[in-house]
Amino acid sequence: MWALREAAAAFRRPVLLYSIGKDSGVLLHLARKAFYPGPIPFPVMHVDTTWKFRDMITFRDQMVSEYQLELIVATNEAAVAEGVTPFSHGSQEYTRLMKTVALREALDEYGFDAAIGGSRRDEERSRAKERIFSLRMPGHRWEPRRQRPELWRSVNSELVEGQTMRVFPLSNWTELDVWRYIRREGLPVVPLYFAAERPVVVRQGQLIVVDDERMQFEPGETSQQRLVRFRSLGCYPLSAAVASSADTLDDVIAEMESSNESERAGRLIDGEGSASMESKKVEGYF
Amino acid sequence: MALAPLVRLVACGSVDDGKSTLIGRLLAGTGSVPDDQLQMARTTRRSGSTVAPGEIDYSLLTDGLESEREQGITIDVAYRHMELPSHRRLIIADAPGHEQYTRNMAVAASTADVALLLVDAERGVRTQTLRHLTICSLMGVRHAVIAVNKLDALGFDETVFEGIADTLLPAAERLGIERVDVIPVSALEGDNVLERSGRTPWYDGPTLLEILDQSEAITNSEDGLRLPVQTIVRAPGFRGVAGTIATGTVRAGDRLEVAGRSLTATVAEIVRLNASPESAEAGEAVCLRLEPDVDITRGDVLTSVDDTCHPADRFSAELVWCGDEPLAHGRSYLLVCGPLTVPAVVTAVRHRLDVESGSLEAARLLALNDVGRVDIATDAPVPLDSYERSRHTGSFLLVDRVTGDTVAAGMVRFALRRAENITRQEYVVDRDARRRIKGHPAGVVWLTGLSGAGKSTIANEAEQRLHALGVHTYLLDGDNVRFGLNKDLGFTPEDRAENVRRVAEVARLMVDAGLVVLVALVSPFRGDREAARELFEDGEFIEVFVDTPLDVCAARDPKGLYARAAAGQLPNLTGVGQDYEPPTHAELVLSGTDSADASAAAIVAAVLAE
Repeated sequence: MWALREAAAAFRRPVLLYSIGKDSGVLLHLARKAFYPGPIPFPVMHVDTTWKFRDMITFRDQMVSEYQLELIVATNEAAVAEGVTPFSHGSQEYTRLMKTVALREALDEYGFDAAIGGSRRDEERSRAKERIFSLRMPGHRWEPRRQRPELWRSVNSELVEGQTMRVFPLSNWTELDVWRYIRREGLPVVPLYFAAERPVVVRQGQLIVVDDERMQFEPGETSQQRLVRFRSLGCYPLSAAVASSADTLDDVIAEMESSNESERAGRLIDGEGSASMESKKVEGYF
Repeated sequence: MALAPLVRLVACGSVDDGKSTLIGRLLAGTGSVPDDQLQMARTTRRSGSTVAPGEIDYSLLTDGLESEREQGITIDVAYRHMELPSHRRLIIADAPGHEQYTRNMAVAASTADVALLLVDAERGVRTQTLRHLTICSLMGVRHAVIAVNKLDALGFDETVFEGIADTLLPAAERLGIERVDVIPVSALEGDNVLERSGRTPWYDGPTLLEILDQSEAITNSEDGLRLPVQTIVRAPGFRGVAGTIATGTVRAGDRLEVAGRSLTATVAEIVRLNASPESAEAGEAVCLRLEPDVDITRGDVLTSVDDTCHPADRFSAELVWCGDEPLAHGRSYLLVCGPLTVPAVVTAVRHRLDVESGSLEAARLLALNDVGRVDIATDAPVPLDSYERSRHTGSFLLVDRVTGDTVAAGMVRFALRRAENITRQEYVVDRDARRRIKGHPAGVVWLTGLSGAGKSTIANEAEQRLHALGVHTYLLDGDNVRFGLNKDLGFTPEDRAENVRRVAEVARLMVDAGLVVLVALVSPFRGDREAARELFEDGEFIEVFVDTPLDVCAARDPKGLYARAAAGQLPNLTGVGQDYEPPTHAELVLSGTDSADASAAAIVAAVLAE
């Protein structure tokens, strides 16, 4: 709440990046709390790659109407028009165009000087060194060596020509914290986080759920019904599910307390070279 | 907002002390590392690694950034979570051991409750260790755990361990660290980390994990209230003040004071979504509805009535210098303390602290990674506590106004003089009254440019013309002020900043007296000129950039300066040995190759237009 209030008070035009996932849900709830009984004083933006699970979009629209959010949907229309898909361009290039570029362009178009996101330090090793207030140079580049020292609760919010700020209020949360908070506050989440029978393709040992007819099968692949759920949500062809029977919040938390696999292990985009998250971040990925 | 109670640890040690391995072992041993990362640490090896194949290289669990993984050293602060057996959460700030990164070490220690220091038993106590201990003490850490590592390589020799303890315990006591634990460990083999080792029968103390499990977070809930106001929450029929409590506890019904503003109000309600708590304590984010609804803004500090904070505008403070450029006397920086931002000037450097020997050295400057005591003056009185009383309201950042970089972290030692001792006297005859009698508005025309650009010539010509029009003027020329007012100053960037500051203050007095002041001063640094501009009201400050190419100035060389610089006798000549930062928003840009007549006419026109 401290970081959210600081972001709202110290910057000219902040925006909350809403990815529809559980972390975003918590972030949104904290934003409601931070400014209660007033409204959330900034818009929320969803970077839509057009390949999100259909359930995610439905859920997003429910949240928008329930909390009366000012929603901006950002899509790299040029890339869509060129026919960029996760199948045609490889996950790396696809992610760069549909997420990184789409986000950068939208931030520039609306003139947002601070973008609030739900990243946590426990997600991935290079994120352990991320600041809560993370400076981006012109062109949204992240330069590890130009990051400002972060002490106490004092934020240097001065931005010179072209600089912007990314704000990560959930930096010190863990995945389990997020779930426990969701349970404590009774927050709704996308049903995909709970186990259900879903059509699944096994690809390189990962479980890919077939969400619509655009799925491209490789020779020999067929889909089969499996009891699965998701720990992390992204674009459906790039987010692997886990075999699980946890279909309630308590079961999910119990599973997590006994499980010991890192959350992003199911995100196919991270796997390309052990430092690949860091390379994406340098380019402006969240 | 955290769900589990937090303890914050800063881990420090030299590059090769085995710190990454020790932290990796703690994390793995408490189930804080996912299996896939453990697997990676089994199969990956960095060059030169001595860890046996198939074993876990614990040091790989904590490194993060590509470049440092290649170098094999930690270069920034990384934050790791660990679940303690007592179900509290330990956040480990992994601070670098490398010499030039004092700044990161200070960052990591700034919020820490306890410090973990590694000492390599083979190498013994080195200056690094004392440096870390000193910085931890400076940043307010009061509990240190010293892990004497690599004892396995010395056959767990008790005398080596005792020797190190005997050196460090008195040092820690001298630094005011209240509790010190010393433990013999082997990060590589795990002795006394998670479990008692059979190889140190002479040690009967707790394991590292046991000590961490018992460590306590620094809380200030018992102290008087400090609530820095971050923002005002508004809704139809509602206005609340929101912020995170720095120290103390707030209860519904409490009477609070707005520090330094002689305003009091009562807490009518602590407002929270789906709740209406009776009280909230240090660390909690709150929104208060006050009765009456007094006029409070971001940057105000709400305090207890009987333990309030008296604002001051001069402080003695310790600075950890983080900027690439050294501290400049007289330069205006932004001081940031939580939601409060105010321009501030470092008026004196008292001494530099040798963080290794603990001795104080005379110094005029602070450079990157230096720690020193300074006097600092703020433009307006601000409610800062001493750092000893409150970390959050007794600390600040200094921000460079041009680059936006954070250049220093500061800890207030004490207010030098209560601001209320000097009150601004209200004059009966004010500037408007003087202006009416003179019949023209006052202001300053600030000519900046290279030496030899033509500033003095143009200023002289412009003054003659204004004088002829009956305008009361005065000319402050850079060379002339250095004969008197500024004869103690040289030409380093710091002295130039002070030179500009003094000239600007004199110009302000003269403008107050109703004059049109012409300043002809190289004033090469944008930040210094911007600080000068802020002394004046909108429209009173006309910045004139006399834009003459360097080769033209050097060819003119009216004072022979460029010739001397070419001969190596003037290292600080602007445009040669020092940079000139041209204005980006000058009111008037004159081409120095035009005639002085035309330039002077342009200035007169600009003055008359105001």
